[in-house]
Amino acid sequence: MKPPLSVIFFTVLSGAGLGLFVLLVMADLLSDGTILSQRARISVGAAALALVAAGLGSSGLHLANPRNAWRALSQFRHSWLSREGIVSLAFFPFAIAYPAAIHFGATTAFRAAAGLPGVVLALGALFCTGMIYACLKTIPQWHSWLTPANYLALGLASGALALALAAALDRGGAAALERAAVLLFAVACGLKLAYYLHARRVSGGHTLAAAVGMTAAQVKLLDVGHSHGTFLTREFIDRSARRYARELRFVVAVAAFAIPLIVLSGALPSPASLAFACASCLTGLLVERWLFFAEADHVVRLYHGQTRV
Amino acid sequence: MRLGLVIDLDTCVGCHACAVACKEWNGSSAISGPLSDYQPYGAAPSGVWFNRIRHYEVGEYPEAKTLNVPMSCMHCEDAACVTVCPTGASYKRADGIVLVDQDKCMGCNYCAWACPYGARELDDSTGTMKKCTLCADRIYDELLPPEDRQPACVLACPTHARSFGDLDDPESAVSQLVRSRDGFAMLPELGYKPVNRYLPPRQPPEIAVDAAPRPSLAGRLKSLVNRVVKR
Repeated sequence: MKPPLSVIFFTVLSGAGLGLFVLLVMADLLSDGTILSQRARISVGAAALALVAAGLGSSGLHLANPRNAWRALSQFRHSWLSREGIVSLAFFPFAIAYPAAIHFGATTAFRAAAGLPGVVLALGALFCTGMIYACLKTIPQWHSWLTPANYLALGLASGALALALAAALDRGGAAALERAAVLLFAVACGLKLAYYLHARRVSGGHTLAAAVGMTAAQVKLLDVGHSHGTFLTREFIDRSARRYARELRFVVAVAAFAIPLIVLSGALPSPASLAFACASCLTGLLVERWLFFAEADHVVRLYHGQTRV
Repeated sequence: MRLGLVIDLDTCVGCHACAVACKEWNGSSAISGPLSDYQPYGAAPSGVWFNRIRHYEVGEYPEAKTLNVPMSCMHCEDAACVTVCPTGASYKRADGIVLVDQDKCMGCNYCAWACPYGARELDDSTGTMKKCTLCADRIYDELLPPEDRQPACVLACPTHARSFGDLDDPESAVSQLVRSRDGFAMLPELGYKPVNRYLPPRQPPEIAVDAAPRPSLAGRLKSLVNRVVKR
């Protein structure tokens, strides 16, 4: 698959924003507002909102005909993309109401009423994003529960890291937040590993011979029928995006998981080291998302001569 | 109704006439607008096509056969492209034809990702998805003589490898053809219930090679003489 840059930025930024909101609400409610100062909680809420909005804006750049984008909210009964749009938009009122409630010094019950529906919608949006890819049987690697699980875990982990940075800047750090972030990164790392193992296991299940109905014989492509590229070759066949896949996987392992885990595991990490971990995690996740697309094998590759997908 | 195509892989010679006829008819179709070409006279011509023909070799030399496989929209009964479309631009009609409403499409490519057959292509000039219409603007046109109310690709095929009809009707010519020739669907394991059927190459009838007839008495004498006498 051709990695769509706009979608890569969208899923990474929105994922971090949604995760940040979920962690902020949970931390705020569970600590009864003591974990961060009022000012810091408002800033974090605004940052989460900005990340999600930036992500959604980026996703619009993916569209070839964006003036019809509003119609994407209509097919929620069967399209995960439509569901994601609706859930993401429904998230915004709560994402605005929650920092506002903190600003006006609302009681815990009132903050819960504004925040918890937002938490459900944020988790729902992350799940829908994953399901957009997981529902495609044409890309066997994606067609697994591990895809939404990865989107949820990576969104929450990156959000937790951002919240830990906010806590360090605000009050010199909160051990509970750092422990939660370590746990989320460990889970996300495990799920990413499971995804890679799953991807390796399922690849090769479809053969070119079966795809053209000639199961009893060997089949190979003689001529693809076009002299230069087509939409299909540009979108699904070109493999240049995965030229450095092995090196990039190493970057993901170090930048997205190892560095944040090492920094978070240290006793009371400094704001500078957490900021470095955040930057490293963001880079790592952008590379991870690039590989998610670049390494995906669409079954239409069979008809273009790949013997197994 | 399940309108669709039946394509005979035995008689298809891979001439691309179906694709050219398709491009000619649909290039000015009211259903999907233009089928754009990108640098048609440039160094790397490319463009939008509803139908693409690929050529394969089945078996190994010397028992190899060339298989020409035209592929267009299979008009799946359970079309994933329609399921995933967030705008409602992709839809399936009562007669089984899957279409894209060009006025609703936002060009997100999601349906192309969902289609296993590569039947959908984004048109860069309009920013919308284009696909086979099964010539919905031909097959019901009462101004055309009845024999012309068929998709352009079917009419153009010089070897009559393509047939069009209702695969829901067990007595239709296409259904009978599929039954008699063991027609198969492509990638049925994905569960999208493609409607189009492909007829596999026929097994050529074995031509019995009789043992050489016993030569006549005169012939045997002659060969005996030939062995003895040098001429």
